[in-house]
Amino acid sequence: MLLEINDLCVNAEDKEILKGINLKINKGEIHVIMGPNGSGKTTTANAILNNPAYTKIGGNIIFDGQDITNEKTDEIARKGVFMSFQLPEEIPGVSVTNFLKYAKNKVTGEPVKIFSFKEELKKYMEELNMNPKYMERSLNVGFSGGEKKKNEILQMLVLNPKLAILDETDSGLDVDAIKTVSKGIEMFKNENNAVLIITHNTKILHSLKVDYVHVLVNGKIVKTGTQELAKEIEENGYSKYKN
Amino acid sequence: MAKTKLEEINRNIYDIKNKDEYDFKIKKGLTKEIIEEISKQKNDPDWMREFRLKALDVYNKLELPTWGPDISELNMDEIATYVRPKTGLSNSWEDVPEDIKSTFDKLGIPEAEKKSLAGVGAQYDSEVVYHSMKEDLIKQGVVYTDMETAVREYPDLVRDHFMKCVPVNDHKFVALHGAVWSGGSFVYVPKGVKVDIPLQSYFRLNSPESGQFEHTLIIVDEGASLHFIEGCSAPKYNKVNLHAGCVELYVKDNAYLRYSTIENWSKNMLNLNTKKAIVGKNAQVDWVTGSFGSKISMLYPMSILNGEGAKTEYTGISFAGKGQNLDNGFKVVHNAENTSSLVNAKSISKNGGKCTYRSLVRINEKAKNSKSSVSCESLMLDDISISDTIPVNDIRTDEVEFSHEAKIGKISDKTIFYLMSRGLSEEDAKAMIVRGFAYPISKELPVEYAVEMNNLINLELDGAIG
Ligand SMILES: Nc1ncnc2c1ncn2[C@@H]1O[C@H](COP(=O)(O)OP(=O)(O)OP(=O)(O)O)[C@@H](O)[C@H]1O
Ligand SMILES: [Mg+2]
Repeated sequence: MLLEINDLCVNAEDKEILKGINLKINKGEIHVIMGPNGSGKTTTANAILNNPAYTKIGGNIIFDGQDITNEKTDEIARKGVFMSFQLPEEIPGVSVTNFLKYAKNKVTGEPVKIFSFKEELKKYMEELNMNPKYMERSLNVGFSGGEKKKNEILQMLVLNPKLAILDETDSGLDVDAIKTVSKGIEMFKNENNAVLIITHNTKILHSLKVDYVHVLVNGKIVKTGTQELAKEIEENGYSKYKN
Repeated sequence: MAKTKLEEINRNIYDIKNKDEYDFKIKKGLTKEIIEEISKQKNDPDWMREFRLKALDVYNKLELPTWGPDISELNMDEIATYVRPKTGLSNSWEDVPEDIKSTFDKLGIPEAEKKSLAGVGAQYDSEVVYHSMKEDLIKQGVVYTDMETAVREYPDLVRDHFMKCVPVNDHKFVALHGAVWSGGSFVYVPKGVKVDIPLQSYFRLNSPESGQFEHTLIIVDEGASLHFIEGCSAPKYNKVNLHAGCVELYVKDNAYLRYSTIENWSKNMLNLNTKKAIVGKNAQVDWVTGSFGSKISMLYPMSILNGEGAKTEYTGISFAGKGQNLDNGFKVVHNAENTSSLVNAKSISKNGGKCTYRSLVRINEKAKNSKSSVSCESLMLDDISISDTIPVNDIRTDEVEFSHEAKIGKISDKTIFYLMSRGLSEEDAKAMIVRGFAYPISKELPVEYAVEMNNLINLELDGAIG
């Protein structure tokens, strides 16, 4: 078992958001969470990484055999959790290269060899159809919405986590870019890691072998199924799960 | 006492304090006799001795400034104005005494020399003790020497320019400077000579209760160009320390001068430095400034654009921590047509530190078709720190393009969370954001200075935590 969430209850500014989430993810699996706007998907991702803006009022999170419920965000990242942000932050004056070199050193605890690192970066950027000039640009500053998302996938590939949580990485992407992101996920995926995809859209799932689809409504997982469930939701919406 | 010691630990790389050795230290306080004594000690020519005495008169007449940070704690009677180290002027590293050398070693001066920088003039206390210059520059007629030597060996050049750009009646501390100035650099670049490697000099204060009044005079003659770098660092002492240096830059027609400086004073220093440039026709002066340390800083480099088509750029950053009040900024006067100024000022304050950007942009009637663009940005690292902008814009003609933009920001929790989700600790995340904020300034500095600036930022941030 890679990730185990038990009865997780989370508040944001005294408002109950998550009302008892249960989720188990094994190595080698791809999970999908779908759900209406405001149902708590992003909150779930933030809770896993223990964003201090959210308060855990019940339950726990076990990652790779360790309780990470109250661990610091950077510790959790170093243990191997990664999150692709729905709204990535801009960091002026810090280049993509320098940022990733620094982060990689922090995550692996090993010195990063600059030449081979740059080669690796170039290779991934090519695969993701990114302009290699972006390596020297300030992180996310002036990037278009789609470029930011691709840059998140680039970070995932470089940091090579055990669990990658992708929060609406496909939103706002053109058809080709969605395929590129899918390709990035395929490149990343192996039997020792896992992916949790948060999405409103089944397009990104087409070329991926999805193991489970969860429906999150009003802070609770109300249904779990296979890829078929995603298709059904795409056609019929969430009305039958809301009551 | 013990507490002060602890706070000093983080700065120990920069706060290397040598034994307070000196063979000559004059009486505290400031009288005619003292000025005469300084003048005699320095072997001043008559004109310089008279100049000093006149400046003393002006000093006694002028009042302390009534605006800006409170400097009432300053007691001139307690500041010994002249301290001479045990060595005379020396041309080779071997001749420099051991303890002075070890201090310089840690500041990287011989390194810089190895890197074939054009010349190294290092001021230890009030005298220049180490000085050298590449031979090809000498052949080209470039003069780079200490100020005392310049007074003796280039009397006409010095007399024509010394404190003409910054007159002694500018303000009280300039008058003081005129009376007691000691040490500093003199550079003359002849017409058409382009010096393609930077000249650099280090200043350092190393004696309790001593002020430093070094004078920098740079003349870049017509069509010539130069990059001059000045680095400052001082060990920490408990008594008030005053720095009232003076920098005069003459950039003649079609000439270019880039003046870069990192001032890193100990946290008890009052830094009241005066810097001015007079810029000729189609000439340009660029200022790059990093202001760290010091308790109070009042530092407003000024460009006077006298020639048609003259240009100036100012790129500066200040970093104020606990107990610091950095009142910095830039002044520019446009006196001729088609002149332009570009200002990019940044400040960082943390732990209750205060940064003020105080500026003047004056565009006179004659300065038609001139442009001025000012951008200042400040970053506050917590809720108790202060940042302020006090611009004075005095535009006397309509035929100008003028813009002023000010931004005040804080580090957002979302940004910190984003970086922490990539494995950076909270401290690392903050440091990265601050370094990124400072990057537009540090990229203008030569690489070893940029590295030093990043180290300083890290040191300053370390102090903020825990
Ligand atoms: N920091 C916060 N403070 C207050 N309320 C918050 C905070 N974060 C989230 N919420 C609220 O919690 C609820 C769930 O938000 P969340 O971002 O998890 O939704 P989501 O499922 O990701 O929605 P979407 O599909 O629109 O991205 C929303 O009502 C939102 O307004
Ligand atoms: Mg969301």
